[in-house]
Amino acid sequence: MGLLKKDILDVDSLSIDEIQTILDTADGLKEISSRPIKKVPTLRGKTVILFFHEPSTRTRMSFDIAAKRLSADSIAITAGTSSMVKGETLIDTAKNLEAMAPDIIVMRHSAAGAPYLLAKTVSAGIINAGDGMHAHPTQALLDMMTVREEKGQIAGLRIAIIGDIAHSRVARSNVAGFTKMGAEVRLAGPPTMIPQGVDTLGAYATYDMDEAIEGADVVMMLRIQKERQRSFLFPSEREYAARYGLNRERLKIAEKDVLIMHPGPLNRGVEIAPDVADGPYSMILDQVANGVALRMALLYLLGGGVRNADHH
Amino acid sequence: MRIIIKGGRVLDPGHLDDIMDVYIENDLITGIVEKGGAPPPFEAHTADRIISADGCIVSPGLVDMHVHLREPGEEYKETIESGIRAAAAGGFTSICCMPNTKPVNDSKEVTRYIICQAKALASVRVFPIGAASRGLAGDALSEYGELKDAGAVGITDDGKPVTDSQLMRRVLEYSKSIGIRVISHSEELTLANGVMNEGSTATRLGLSGTPNAAESIMVMRDIALAELTHTPIHIAHVSTRESIRAIRGAKAQGIPVSAETAPHYFTLTDAAVFEYDTHAKMNPPLRSPEDRQAVRKALADGTIDAIATDHAPHSGLEKQVPFDEAANGIIGLETSLSLGLRLVEAGVLTLSQLIEKMAVNPARILGLAGGLRIGGKADLTVIDSSAKYQYNAANGFSKSRNTPFDGWEFQGRAQCTLVAGRIVHEI
Repeated sequence: MGLLKKDILDVDSLSIDEIQTILDTADGLKEISSRPIKKVPTLRGKTVILFFHEPSTRTRMSFDIAAKRLSADSIAITAGTSSMVKGETLIDTAKNLEAMAPDIIVMRHSAAGAPYLLAKTVSAGIINAGDGMHAHPTQALLDMMTVREEKGQIAGLRIAIIGDIAHSRVARSNVAGFTKMGAEVRLAGPPTMIPQGVDTLGAYATYDMDEAIEGADVVMMLRIQKERQRSFLFPSEREYAARYGLNRERLKIAEKDVLIMHPGPLNRGVEIAPDVADGPYSMILDQVANGVALRMALLYLLGGGVRNADHH
Repeated sequence: MRIIIKGGRVLDPGHLDDIMDVYIENDLITGIVEKGGAPPPFEAHTADRIISADGCIVSPGLVDMHVHLREPGEEYKETIESGIRAAAAGGFTSICCMPNTKPVNDSKEVTRYIICQAKALASVRVFPIGAASRGLAGDALSEYGELKDAGAVGITDDGKPVTDSQLMRRVLEYSKSIGIRVISHSEELTLANGVMNEGSTATRLGLSGTPNAAESIMVMRDIALAELTHTPIHIAHVSTRESIRAIRGAKAQGIPVSAETAPHYFTLTDAAVFEYDTHAKMNPPLRSPEDRQAVRKALADGTIDAIATDHAPHSGLEKQVPFDEAANGIIGLETSLSLGLRLVEAGVLTLSQLIEKMAVNPARILGLAGGLRIGGKADLTVIDSSAKYQYNAANGFSKSRNTPFDGWEFQGRAQCTLVAGRIVHEI
């Protein structure tokens, strides 16, 4: 079992079968994290570089733990510690990384498309851990894993994604993934946060939050970035919370067993009320736990699956 | 030196369109002779060179009024010499170079340096455009009198707009006394914070978008200031249907406005950015299919007067980087004519209109000598409109290769380029 791909750059380029394979593999690997000895030798002798050109705690740690549980050697370099601060170009940095023969490079970058440039330059497998506003495929896959685990299947579900759609790579990748797997996705946010040509993403968009969450099986809240106030996207956190924040009252129109999701970190009391974040329907910490399993699956499939076997 | 260009279709829009022979002695045209017409100025056997133009068009030399030559300051991207060679190969006999060099061309010294370098090569004519504001800083007039005396033929802050409307008013007013044309890079910077056109492609790629209004707002302001000051203004690189609507309206009102577009705006759309192709990144950005259609229509109906390349060489240092970080601009001198001929092939323009846009009008707008006439300078372009070839940027004359047209199959190109009777390019 494995993937024929060299890289995981976005969700759009994954087939339904590939997504199923990834989710099935993640389901199988999840159990390792609950063992007393949380380590298997699967990727022993493999090198994983965590190349983070943008601040990240959660995603980087999730990949790091995933690599270590599979016995891969993982090394993290961040923008502050890499020579890119000394003026080295991305391609030169990539060639230098390549020269050290890593098997997989996990990359986060503030510029959309940067992992594509890296993938063209190096022969190691590239996993996109978030590029600008473009894509965050591992987040979407772990979200799909979480929903599938709870609901049994994704097809036919109604998913609402609320918040700053225009600037969200999580939203883009989740729309691509959930619609590909047969769910219906509705997006909601103020007009300042709905991108031009949103139809092209394949989801229905509305300015009315209630319209999006009515009858929803999953409500996914996006983190509101306070600095967006400066680009005039919303007037205040107070007004945003009132119009687009998720609270218990609002949830009444969703399905009874609705799942509440959030990619984190939370702005409690802004996009999500604390009692909802901590409530019985909240999947927020399950997402984090599944994130490790899902990333183990990707490292395994890229680093030790069919592609690797072919080389021996 | 005597040259005869024999048997071509001599086409100078509004003046000549017939199969004729052009006689050149030294730097001048001394005869344009039809079969069985007036006796030629010299006997064919006394010619040093006879260029057969059978099946070709003999046009007034093409003029590119918007080129970045990068010298002085960024010679690793282009030099005056490499730019001139690219221009000659593209069929251009005159090019106008923008002032955003290092140092900025806001002085007679830089203007003279450029002219001097170009003259030493005895090839394509180079006409510098001076900075509208000192140092392109947008806060003081530069010395237009000195610039004009040194040989500058226009002024602009190209690369960025003159954001201060009071300064732009004074730029226009002051230019009038000097008699030098103002060229505007019309862009409202507070709206133009994207790296490509706003729309579906930007949304899919997660790239920030710049709306059409970022251009048209400033085009409308510039038209208002041209009207206020009764001073002609030329709008550079028009890319949107809203700008075109404003220019069309202004022309109908008799406001002295002229406009250019670039081949990429009538050829490509923002879909070319997919997937993160930095050779499709320029400013203004490639727009929607509706805008491309509007640009084509505006060329046909005369709203847009000129085709100019906005030739903007960049090296891999500026282009082999993430899309957000890539420099704006593409090279264009060697593909402009072929892309223009595609419009003729598609029935958008007549050949005569294309020559107006690429030779006659740019020369008229900037007050350069042009046209094919006896006693005039022998600047002309022999165009073989049937030659098929594949464009290969790596084999081009420009020092840079940043073009989205690499590998394109074209029909039609410059067979031969003559400047002041000298053959500066020949296939």
